[in-house]
Amino acid sequence: MNELVFFINNVVIAGSVSGSIYAMGAVGVTLIFSIMRFAHFAHGDMMTFGAFMVLLLTTLFPQAGAAIGIPTPILLMPLAMALTAGLAVGIDRTFYKPLRAHGVKPIVMVIASLGVTLMLQGLIRLFAGTGGSSLYVDDRKEIFRLPVPIESVRMPVVITEPQLYLFGLTILSVIGLHLFLSRSRLGKAMRAMSDNPDLAQASGINTNTIVAVTWMLAGGLAAIAGTLLSLDVTFKPDLSFFLLLPIFAAAIVGGVGHPFGAIAGGFVVGFAESLAVFNWSILLRPFRDSLPEWLELPGNLAFVGTEYKIVVPFFILVAILVWRPTGIFKGKVIT
Amino acid sequence: MTQSHHTEPSPEPQQADSVAPPRRFPLRELVLFLGLLTVVMVVYSTMGAAYGTRMLVESACYAILALGLTIQWGYAGQFNAGVMGFVALGGFCAMFFSIPVNDAFWNSELPGELGLALLYMVGAIVLVVAASRLDRLGVPRRLRTAIAVVLGVVLYMVVISNFREVAGQIESQAGFIGGMALPVWFGWIIGGALAGGVGYFIGHVCLGLRSDYLAIATIGIAEIIKAFLKNADWLTRGTATVSPLPWPVPGPSEVGFTLARAMYLSVTAVIIAAIFFLLHRAYNAPWGRMIRAIRDNEVSAAAMGKDINKRRLEIFVLGCILMGIGGAVLASFNSLFDPQGYLPLNHTFLVLVMVILGGPGNNLGTIFGAVAVYIIWIMSGPLALSLMEWAATAGAGVFGWEVPTNLDSRALQARVFVIGLLISLVLRFAPKGMLPEKVRHHG
Repeated sequence: MNELVFFINNVVIAGSVSGSIYAMGAVGVTLIFSIMRFAHFAHGDMMTFGAFMVLLLTTLFPQAGAAIGIPTPILLMPLAMALTAGLAVGIDRTFYKPLRAHGVKPIVMVIASLGVTLMLQGLIRLFAGTGGSSLYVDDRKEIFRLPVPIESVRMPVVITEPQLYLFGLTILSVIGLHLFLSRSRLGKAMRAMSDNPDLAQASGINTNTIVAVTWMLAGGLAAIAGTLLSLDVTFKPDLSFFLLLPIFAAAIVGGVGHPFGAIAGGFVVGFAESLAVFNWSILLRPFRDSLPEWLELPGNLAFVGTEYKIVVPFFILVAILVWRPTGIFKGKVIT
Repeated sequence: MTQSHHTEPSPEPQQADSVAPPRRFPLRELVLFLGLLTVVMVVYSTMGAAYGTRMLVESACYAILALGLTIQWGYAGQFNAGVMGFVALGGFCAMFFSIPVNDAFWNSELPGELGLALLYMVGAIVLVVAASRLDRLGVPRRLRTAIAVVLGVVLYMVVISNFREVAGQIESQAGFIGGMALPVWFGWIIGGALAGGVGYFIGHVCLGLRSDYLAIATIGIAEIIKAFLKNADWLTRGTATVSPLPWPVPGPSEVGFTLARAMYLSVTAVIIAAIFFLLHRAYNAPWGRMIRAIRDNEVSAAAMGKDINKRRLEIFVLGCILMGIGGAVLASFNSLFDPQGYLPLNHTFLVLVMVILGGPGNNLGTIFGAVAVYIIWIMSGPLALSLMEWAATAGAGVFGWEVPTNLDSRALQARVFVIGLLISLVLRFAPKGMLPEKVRHHG
């Protein structure tokens, strides 16, 4: 049973953590894709920016959270979300809108977003340095070790405080997004614009407002994901670098322009990653005695080593592009 | 590229140009290249001949990379965001084929084991492919898929654990498998071929789809290639790096830095001239016209019966081959193979800036962009540092700032910002680059 607990710690929890992060990133990417029709490469850096804002605010007011009893970074996160949303709208106004007005091809927008990526990265590194730093300035990261109420199981299920917040906030954002897109006037207008921008404009939808709202949503979600990721590990300026491929893989797996598909895709990619790097030999160990003689169990039965983790989202991406380019939920094929 | 059309008195009759009459005298090119020459002269006189020649050789290597990207992006509108991966592959081949043979490896029983492991790998692939064709023997399709997947997973596990064992033995007994001790140019050619092969795979998957997907997939493959080269210690020594790599010309220890580098420069110049000439011919040939027709209007090109995906794949592979060769030449020149030294900023985005600033689709403009941007790039390091120091001392004097200690590493980060800003500004204000592609319009 110890092995099963090990499996829960290393696959179920780790997979849900990275799945939630990827899901929130992929929702933003897919929303931008469906409204603006281009792959926004700077999304990972918007996440880093959000986390950096939290770091900055937490360093300024390290005691703020103690008054209410929640960690300061979580308390200050809404502020960072607003700042990131503002940054996203500002970036759009300065860099993307003039290009859109020129009617450039989507791939030129992709290159422009790479330019924005580099600028954001340069700025963050300039101010934050290149090393990592913890978002817990004055608080302590709580780690819960839940003992399993079964005899002979010594290994506890380990879960940390930011992971609990992450799961809670992911569920909240998914519900909120669903209500926004299906109930509110703006959300419906957004879906209309993603289906047919010309028709949406002709029926009196202010496309500028929709574009701004899309950027705010994407920026806010990116800030949440970036902050919680940095809380779980540490804040590093090159955080985004390892997020880009899984996030795009998730968005494409879920079907581009399909927010709930993107969430599912995020979890598919997250779990696939943790399943692929998990050492299956450990799970087979209890059956060692009942295995036939000729079958010698190697010590390492992981599909890929942790150093090759990036292969997993890439493999998923290639597989989905080959067999089902529309994604598992039949997203739009925007050409 | 219509360069020869301008410089030599062209025998062909004046085309009935309805849009832009061709200029007789290439004033813009002349001014830009004279300016570049002046800058190179300044560098030579201030930094010395050895430094200046090194800079020129490196910018020549980058020019090969930029030519590869300009045919992908400028001729065909494909955006390759993973130049770094192809450069690294080229560098690996230059290393692997040219360095001396490792006797500790070849005199043991390890080559046989490695060969056996590779043979198992081939056998497993054949088995899985065969299983995926079982439906032709009447096996139901779902059952076939299940059999193929299960077989694939099991065989993969067997092969990979076998392979890990052999790789571990090589690392512990012989360090790494060493090189081939073949001529340098051989590695360069194989580097191009290998990069082209990987490009074929990626292009095959992505080119029929939206153009963004190619960018995402190339970013991914570049990271995977780097991760592989960095971690496959048995093949590349990983982070321990391999040096020195031999040169195709006498090295600095024999004839001195300046002369050796000048000889290397002439080798790269010959390569660039050959590529330039071939591309120039291809651009003006029916094939080049077809490529541009597809880029400018895919639908009508398809309606004319052009095989769009095949042409796209051709041009993508061709660009990747050039990147592989460029990467190989660069690695040989640096005389060092360091997988960790391949960075997206230095090997992807810098090349991108060279192309879009110089003029995508214009080979001469691309070469201009490569040399100009590279000079700016290597001069920007010291410049950024002195600017930061100046700002810090001024800030400390006037406002009483506390000067951060890691100033130099931060100043280098400013270059990331500058490259990003440059990309944004060029796209916004000079989308066709300094030397725009000259499109002849026939009335």
